[in-house]
Amino acid sequence: MVVLVVLWALAAPWSAGWAKNIAAGQAARPVTLGSKRQQVTSINVALLTQARPERFRPYFDDPVTDAGSAGAQLAMADNNTTGQFTRQAFTLTEVRVDAGADVRPAFQRLMSEGLRLILVDLPADALRQLATVAGFDTVLIFDIGSRDDELRGKDCAANVMHTLPTRAMLADALGQYLLAKRWTKWLLVPGSHQGDQAFAAAVRRSARRFGAKIVAEKVWEYSFDERRTPESTVPVFTQGEEYDVLVVADEEGAFGDLLAYRTWLPRPVVGTQGLVPTAWHPTHEAWGALQLQSRFRERSGRWMGELDYGAWLAVRAIGEAATRTHSSDFTVLRDYLLSEQFTLAGFKGVPLSFRRWDRQLRQPVLLAQPRSLVAVAPVDGIIHPKNELDTLGYDESESACQAAR
Amino acid sequence: MAGRFAVAETVYITLEKDNALAVVDGETGKLVTTAKVGKRPRGIVLSRDGKQLYVAASDDDAILVIDATSLRKVGTLPSGDDPETFAMDPDGKFLYVSNEDDNLVTVIDLVKRSKIKSIPVGVEPEGIAVSPDGRWVASTSETTNMVHWIDRAKLEVVDNTLVDPRPRAAAFTADSRQLWVTSEIAGALSVLDVESRQPVKRISFSIPGVTSEKIQPVGIRIDPQRRYGYVALGPANRVAVIDAQKLEVVTYLLVGQRVWNLEFSPDFKRLYTTNGASNDVSLINLEDHRVTRSIAVGNFPWGVVVRP
Repeated sequence: MVVLVVLWALAAPWSAGWAKNIAAGQAARPVTLGSKRQQVTSINVALLTQARPERFRPYFDDPVTDAGSAGAQLAMADNNTTGQFTRQAFTLTEVRVDAGADVRPAFQRLMSEGLRLILVDLPADALRQLATVAGFDTVLIFDIGSRDDELRGKDCAANVMHTLPTRAMLADALGQYLLAKRWTKWLLVPGSHQGDQAFAAAVRRSARRFGAKIVAEKVWEYSFDERRTPESTVPVFTQGEEYDVLVVADEEGAFGDLLAYRTWLPRPVVGTQGLVPTAWHPTHEAWGALQLQSRFRERSGRWMGELDYGAWLAVRAIGEAATRTHSSDFTVLRDYLLSEQFTLAGFKGVPLSFRRWDRQLRQPVLLAQPRSLVAVAPVDGIIHPKNELDTLGYDESESACQAAR
Repeated sequence: MAGRFAVAETVYITLEKDNALAVVDGETGKLVTTAKVGKRPRGIVLSRDGKQLYVAASDDDAILVIDATSLRKVGTLPSGDDPETFAMDPDGKFLYVSNEDDNLVTVIDLVKRSKIKSIPVGVEPEGIAVSPDGRWVASTSETTNMVHWIDRAKLEVVDNTLVDPRPRAAAFTADSRQLWVTSEIAGALSVLDVESRQPVKRISFSIPGVTSEKIQPVGIRIDPQRRYGYVALGPANRVAVIDAQKLEVVTYLLVGQRVWNLEFSPDFKRLYTTNGASNDVSLINLEDHRVTRSIAVGNFPWGVVVRP
């Protein structure tokens, strides 16, 4: 196993230039401090990730090697800009573990270095394994990458916060929109991978919640050979069903893009391809989002992705807690993050906060096609007695999580 | 071109998506003309002598100087990147510009048309206001969630006040004793005491039949006697009328969609609102707090100034 450790500590903004200015080749500039000249305290954050086999990527998609990391680094820069006024300095330690390796030694090493605020982007099983490490419950973990509902349900942990929407939240966002359109007869087409099946289960749950009917379910078998083409296969595959919309569950992107415009009946494709529910999207510009998009693109040379957004949210949540509590103390920060007072501005027009029953960040979900934002869920007309954001995913009474209560 | 329109009260509105300036006759409530300016015009300020308009052309990275009569561009100011909002000194000599993408407030000398200084502030500076007594420049930063107090004599940040998430506009009362700040995400208005620079009151807005996330307070105007303050509530399509002594909401006035910014008529008898989503300006009669007219002006009206 190779563990690569990169210490990426931002230069303290009162002693040198900010990262952005260094990158732009500008001279460092002095920064005026607030009137309170107390000691600078540091808040140290870690990001633990694991390499994974690359999912199917068409040649026209550029490879992304810093997904998540780039979002965390932007949020660090944001936190340090604010930190100059609160005399708080934020540092980020990044660790990447090889695909398939045990992540626990790297996790232990971070803990032994005193890091207690740890962002993770790990496969669900690796994340479950962390709970077996001694001292696990003395740190606060931010899961920035998983969509797994079970990690927030029966496998939840009191000290694991989740920043991206779950499959159930994504499927509910889609379900709400389809209900608003009165497109209530769905043809469900899942792939056979584990993630596809999990998303299909979330779609079935959403159909029940919003009164849609899954008129048929057909598993895609990836059975192309040289003699069969999408042009010939997809019409036959979708023939014989009466439905309003085809819901595809293909998390790997292996076949979902082949379906649109080839179905027997002229029907839209939604789900993991076509109209997609997503935490973040390049077409999202409202509520100041364009500013975050621009700042990210200027630093990273690409558009912000969901994983970057998940990491940005986690680091900003820590920064927000540090600013509001005027503290760098782990216990103070953790208690504030878990409290009802905590809210985060995430460029989605409403305050985001952690559900106390499962530590999931409640948030609106975008519904986008590649070049246009179609809607934002919760959609108008969907109501909830406490918070409309809780119409997405597992509400308190439905949650199987016991550990966080 | 001088004297192309001669009306008692001229209203200038920036049209963010038309790259243009709309001119409305305040007396008749009629659109007089529309003139192309720079790309994505947003913030707008009138010079103290009423002869020139300063318009932030955000996508041109400049503040344009425009003759208020001919509507011709007569110069540009070095505003820094992506200028959005800015404020002018009481004596009309300096402009203070929020540079959202660079976390800076840029100070511009209007006579020399040159940049004096860039002052580092928090992430995404947005609202900016100069106190009428000339002592303070207040800058709000949307992601840092602070009011940065810039000492106008030193041009340095000397204090910071933490406020509700995503602070937008800031406005001083005429006596320079209070600073009002709107928060988009909290859906609230904070009133700060300038002497202590601490909040003294937080006013929340609640409108029957309007969900709380639609209430996104933005632009603020407070009358000189501090009888009433007015707050634009964005997609709630309302202007809140606030008793500026008791600091309580008196009523909500239904205006156009996504109301962004506000401006008084010179006699303080009327209030103009820019409604970004319905592409119009609403006219509010302040004697009885009634919305009397809506004026179609063009795509995405953003900023507004009124020339006597």
